[in-house]
Amino acid sequence: MIGFWTLFYKEVLRFWKVAFQTVAAPVLTAMLYLLIFGHVLEDHVQVHGVGYTSFLIPGLVMMQVLQNAFANSSSSLIQAKITGSIVFVLLPPLPYSAFFAAYVLAALLRGLMVGVGVLLVTVWFVDLQVVAPGWILAFAVLSGALFGALGVVAGIWVEKFDQLAAFQNFLIMPLTMLSGVFYSIYTLPAFWQRLSHYNPVFYMIDGFRYGFFGVSDVAPALSLAVVAASLAAVSVLTLLLLKRGWKLRN
Amino acid sequence: MTPAVSIVDVVKTFGSLKALAGVSLDIAQGEFFGLLGPNGAGKTTLISCLAGLSRPDAGRVAVLGHDVQADFREARRLLGVVPQELVFDPFFSVRETLRIQSGYFGIRRNDDWIDEILHHLDLAGKAEANMRGLSGGMKRRVLVAQALVHKPPVIVLDEPTAGVDVELRQGLWQFIRRLNGEGHTIILTTHYLEEAEALCHRIALMKQGQVVALDSTANLMAAHPGASLEEVFMRTMRR
Ligand SMILES: Nc1ncnc2c1ncn2[C@@H]1O[C@H](COP(=O)(O)OP(=O)(O)OP(=O)(O)O)[C@@H](O)[C@H]1O
Ligand SMILES: [Mg+2]
Repeated sequence: MIGFWTLFYKEVLRFWKVAFQTVAAPVLTAMLYLLIFGHVLEDHVQVHGVGYTSFLIPGLVMMQVLQNAFANSSSSLIQAKITGSIVFVLLPPLPYSAFFAAYVLAALLRGLMVGVGVLLVTVWFVDLQVVAPGWILAFAVLSGALFGALGVVAGIWVEKFDQLAAFQNFLIMPLTMLSGVFYSIYTLPAFWQRLSHYNPVFYMIDGFRYGFFGVSDVAPALSLAVVAASLAAVSVLTLLLLKRGWKLRN
Repeated sequence: MTPAVSIVDVVKTFGSLKALAGVSLDIAQGEFFGLLGPNGAGKTTLISCLAGLSRPDAGRVAVLGHDVQADFREARRLLGVVPQELVFDPFFSVRETLRIQSGYFGIRRNDDWIDEILHHLDLAGKAEANMRGLSGGMKRRVLVAQALVHKPPVIVLDEPTAGVDVELRQGLWQFIRRLNGEGHTIILTTHYLEEAEALCHRIALMKQGQVVALDSTANLMAAHPGASLEEVFMRTMRR
């Protein structure tokens, strides 16, 4: 357990020492989205009977949770691989489950810190309701952990930072952007609506939003089941890869 | 007695290159063992297999009887490795680096031992300095310190003195000798052959992934009367 806590602590310290980039900057980014889209669309769009700015906030929060959780584990691992300092965690007798848990939980923590940061700043502008805080927490934690785990896979897989950028730009960004952050998928043409149902991020954002407004496109229990199953699948895959030493111990 | 390190028929290939072409080697407990050979001979590759950083294609490696694959947690606990590459984590100070490394090995509150290591490696004055601000030789010594935080019975040093100045090299060897005297097994690779000659009880000479000579330092020297280890090395490599 000491091994796990140490690695977790090290991973938290790593992003906390540069919190300006890793926490404050993403909060600012979310604020800019909110100001611009909210300002332009507030008077024109209502979704589920909710004002557009209010509708937008949970999506933005979740988007930042996901992107920062992913960025944390993936960039930490790839940096350690490039500099070679990965040997410091490969030489000790750390069980691979501790390795996995430490990276995922540190990633989750950063995601949640950014998410809370965005929420705290936005409540200055918008009167946000909270209908079901339990759902909010459940979706934030499971979704952040899932993207933290995906970050572990990506960090182990890719060899250079530009490959990681490709991963982010061609997979993570489209998945999050096309998931209903900025709209309800029921405003989409039928084809895209159906396609959205294959995007796990859609369920994360829809369920998360349910916690705030009590309305959603899909029943929140179903969404939670989808997210939990995805997390379980990715975790099992990652643990197997770590156990085999894939790309780390050749 | 169980050997400190037992290497049996280890083969490792990279593409078409045989980095290790069937290496077998036993290193006894308490030995000060030299692993020598020209660049590319396979020394680091062999150490990687020993440390579990690399999986051999064939063969078995054990540390004090613990297989480095099947029983990796025990094997790694018993082993301290100073890697050849000068690596460091730029986020932390020297002391943080050593505390974190202790934690990975399951050790909390290790500051007494950390201070002792820092003292012997002449790093006490740099304990609170950030890793980025250290000179190359200082970073190398921190790597040595990191390998020792858990007092491993078997210590592997892959060119620990590259870039370290003369005086500190002497200090480092004194410390390593003391550890050897206390019963730690030492495995050393170096291109400074006078160092190997002075320190090592037994030496393996490697060439193109194979052990081409394996004997006590005294016997190797005796086979070539009047020659230095460097000359013995050159003659063996030319064969
Ligand atoms: N990851 C790798 N991929 C491909 N080839 C490798 C890899 N690691 C080592 N090699 C090759 O294996 C051979 C042995 O390398 P190794 O690093 O073990 O040599 P060495 O004896 O440690 O040399 P040096 O004294 O220069 O440190 C070399 O030909 C090297 O190019
Ligand atoms: Mg080498």
